[in-house]
Amino acid sequence: MALVRVALPAHLRTLAQVKGDVEIEVAGTVTQRAVLDALEARFPVLRGTIRDHATQERRPFLRFFACREDLSHQPPDAPLPTAVATGAELFMVIGAIAGG
Amino acid sequence: MSSVRVLVGTRKGAFILTADGQRKEWAVSGPHFGGWEIYHMKGSPVNPQRLYASQSSGWFGQIVHRSDDGGQTWTAVGNEFTYEGIPGTHQWYDGTAHPWEFKRVWHLEPSLTDPDVVYAGVEDAALFRSADGGQTWLELAGLRGHGTGPLWQPGAGGMCLHTILLDPINPKRIFIAISAAGAFRTDDGGQTWRPINHGLNSEYIPDPAADVGHCVHRLAQHPARPNVLFMQKHWDVMRSDDAGDNWYEISGNLPSDFGFVVDVHAHEPNTVYVLPIKSDSEHYPPEGKLRVYRSRTGGNEWEALTKGLPQENCYVNVLRDAMAVDALDPCGIYFGTTGGQVYVSADAGDSWMPIVHDLPAVLSVEVQTWP
Repeated sequence: MALVRVALPAHLRTLAQVKGDVEIEVAGTVTQRAVLDALEARFPVLRGTIRDHATQERRPFLRFFACREDLSHQPPDAPLPTAVATGAELFMVIGAIAGG
Repeated sequence: MSSVRVLVGTRKGAFILTADGQRKEWAVSGPHFGGWEIYHMKGSPVNPQRLYASQSSGWFGQIVHRSDDGGQTWTAVGNEFTYEGIPGTHQWYDGTAHPWEFKRVWHLEPSLTDPDVVYAGVEDAALFRSADGGQTWLELAGLRGHGTGPLWQPGAGGMCLHTILLDPINPKRIFIAISAAGAFRTDDGGQTWRPINHGLNSEYIPDPAADVGHCVHRLAQHPARPNVLFMQKHWDVMRSDDAGDNWYEISGNLPSDFGFVVDVHAHEPNTVYVLPIKSDSEHYPPEGKLRVYRSRTGGNEWEALTKGLPQENCYVNVLRDAMAVDALDPCGIYFGTTGGQVYVSADAGDSWMPIVHDLPAVLSVEVQTWP
């Protein structure tokens, strides 16, 4: 079981009623899908706010960063960097700088 | 002691304004859900401490919150709005077929009899119903599926179902309105629907008298006379005396028959309020004068209500869900502007005062009354 650290945008931290980064236990290979599934299982209120309910696709104005890389366009089942899986680096959900 | 609670949805959060029955001294609570677009908040008529709020965000999508203590604390409820079956297509701006895609909840209408039942009007246009206090939502798919759906098209603000009127006398009857499709009615609790747009005339569509395609901005009714409906259409103020089967124009002497809001006095079913806007491209009051117009004759003869409202250099808009009336006597009238003002008249429109001046742009206003 991997312990992954996830950084959420402020509005989602408020929704999930957490302060700071959250630590999520992820079973099996640590992928975007596995991390987000585990995150939503722990905080059901986040369902639909990061991924579309029906398609499970990333919402257009959110990005996924880790290890100084934009992983937003990586396949959801591709393994995340080892440093994310070990908890050394954050998996970051970031609101795009867009809109007002 | 009598009191009122005004629920204000804005572009950047929700605000709750409270006052006693005099409606002169106001307390302001908020922002609730700061940073989120609050398209609508409304309380249950059965349990007024139960409030529903629709939050929307370009980044994070749709959230619905419920409060069971009058807005002091909130709980997130269900936000999954899945169209029933294969969503199908509606008409896109260029005339091509476009798939139905859920975007946001424009309007929440709690049941008149059951605090756990609430309806949601959404974009792309559809009607959903929850029977568990908002936890889960099921589409009343007979509306989209009755046959005219492929002809509906978005207005400039999106293809939204923005008005839901629950008939207080006939519990099986619901009226809804969609921009830009028109008005629709069910007489069997939402299973089957039909357009009710006969008499509407929209010069901006190929067939001005078509069954659907009309940009209806708002419907209003008086609970004691639910078969009489008032409509602010994109252009034209309209009235029906037969539950929407036929409409006729009542714009009369209005300075502009474009606008968004329409509402009815709480105790006088023939007293109607609109707020004319200069045009669809300008979206501000004629001559820079913010004027509510009142008809005491059910339309056609309108008087300008100006006392306390800015009569120069005013270029705000008043959006379709941003007018409401309370149930006190004299009846209170409320509206909110895109400039962030919420105005109240505690004397049925004769005079006005701002409750707040500087909120974010107001999207919706609702009022709860304790007589």
